Amino acid sequence: MDNLALKELLYKIADDQLILGHRNSEWTGMGPLLEEDIAFSSMAQDKIGQSHALYSILHELGEQDPDTIAFTRNAEQFHNCILTELPNGEYDFSLMRHFFYDTAEIIRFDMLTVSSYKPLAELAVKVRAELRYHTLHANTWIKQLGNATEESIARLQRSLDHALPYALGIFEESPYEKQLIADGIFEGEVALMENWKNRVEEIIEQTQLHLPGWSTLNPVYGGRSGKHSEHLQPLLDEMSEVFKIDPGAEW
Amino acid sequence: MQTITKEDIYTWLEDVKDPEIPVLSLVDLGVITNVTLDNNKVHIEMTPTFVGCPAMDMMKQDVSDMLRSKGIEDISINISFKEPWTSDKISEKGKQALKQFGLAPPPPGNLFSDIDILEHAACPRCNGTNTDLKNPFGPTLCRSIHYCNDCREAFEQFKPL
Ligand SMILES: [Zn+2]
Repeated sequence: MDNLALKELLYKIADDQLILGHRNSEWTGMGPLLEEDIAFSSMAQDKIGQSHALYSILHELGEQDPDTIAFTRNAEQFHNCILTELPNGEYDFSLMRHFFYDTAEIIRFDMLTVSSYKPLAELAVKVRAELRYHTLHANTWIKQLGNATEESIARLQRSLDHALPYALGIFEESPYEKQLIADGIFEGEVALMENWKNRVEEIIEQTQLHLPGWSTLNPVYGGRSGKHSEHLQPLLDEMSEVFKIDPGAEW
Repeated sequence: MQTITKEDIYTWLEDVKDPEIPVLSLVDLGVITNVTLDNNKVHIEMTPTFVGCPAMDMMKQDVSDMLRSKGIEDISINISFKEPWTSDKISEKGKQALKQFGLAPPPPGNLFSDIDILEHAACPRCNGTNTDLKNPFGPTLCRSIHYCNDCREAFEQFKPL
């Protein structure tokens, strides 16, 4: 088994979870409803915890300790997809991103439960169970607001159109794709994306929202190879500022 | 020092409680997955309820403090996901303790595929199911918030996982 391929996979999943976890945590005290405030804060805590568990696996593979990995790298060393780093914007954008992202992540972790790399397979069983609450939350609100008022439908549609090319960036392939598949570590981004499209269509069909034809979209790539938007570095600066003030703080 | 047994360890750990739910022992919560003894060297395997559970370090420390107070010096505690925690790991005694604490115990995890199980949780006061799910996310990662239409009061449930 080649560790480079495995490490690349672990880094991108963990970085996605860490960065979106931090974006979610920015809703604390800002949510449109107290309930949503709590929901995004809880999901933030889950995601940051899950990223930590993935960084711990990387640490066992010889990488630095989880806090150093999380808080001392620069933007170009992060492998998260650009979708996760975009600013929260209005609630409708955060909700749509949450729906697209968590729908992908629960499928990803479901696939990873049968990974040939045991520590990842064991963790995936656990994370998959937790993510059910995240997708339950996303699906409930997408269906509710996607059928509610003219304004809520129009807002969500705009966010859907805006977020979708970035969402396709989740599935940017790694240089190690073939090897991961051959070694039974991960079934690959293409397989994941196909499942994801079906699941997304299934939910959106239950609303008054419309998906553009998949072939008309231009995916926004770059995040997986460290080419990020201008939004990531300020987020990292803020995160690491807290870390540098109190390196022993509990996350 | 007398020879200690595995049973001694479990008895002592009965007195280590969940920091968030002081009536529930870590043994009944199901986060102690294995205890091994080698002469007077004790090894404990633990697993978190939720991966991001902030109380995990505290639980680990409490276990260590308890064993130390019993004169055990050689202690190792490992946290792993080999035997992942699910809410079904809470013992019957633990579920009763939760209910007395005012927290609805989790329904069997295999029923969670049905969303009704969250929508109509049994109220810990009246046992009725004329209840609504208010928020699948509660004040801590392991709790959801519900409302009993008969008691006209909100309650929390330990989430099925
Ligand atoms: Zn009641």
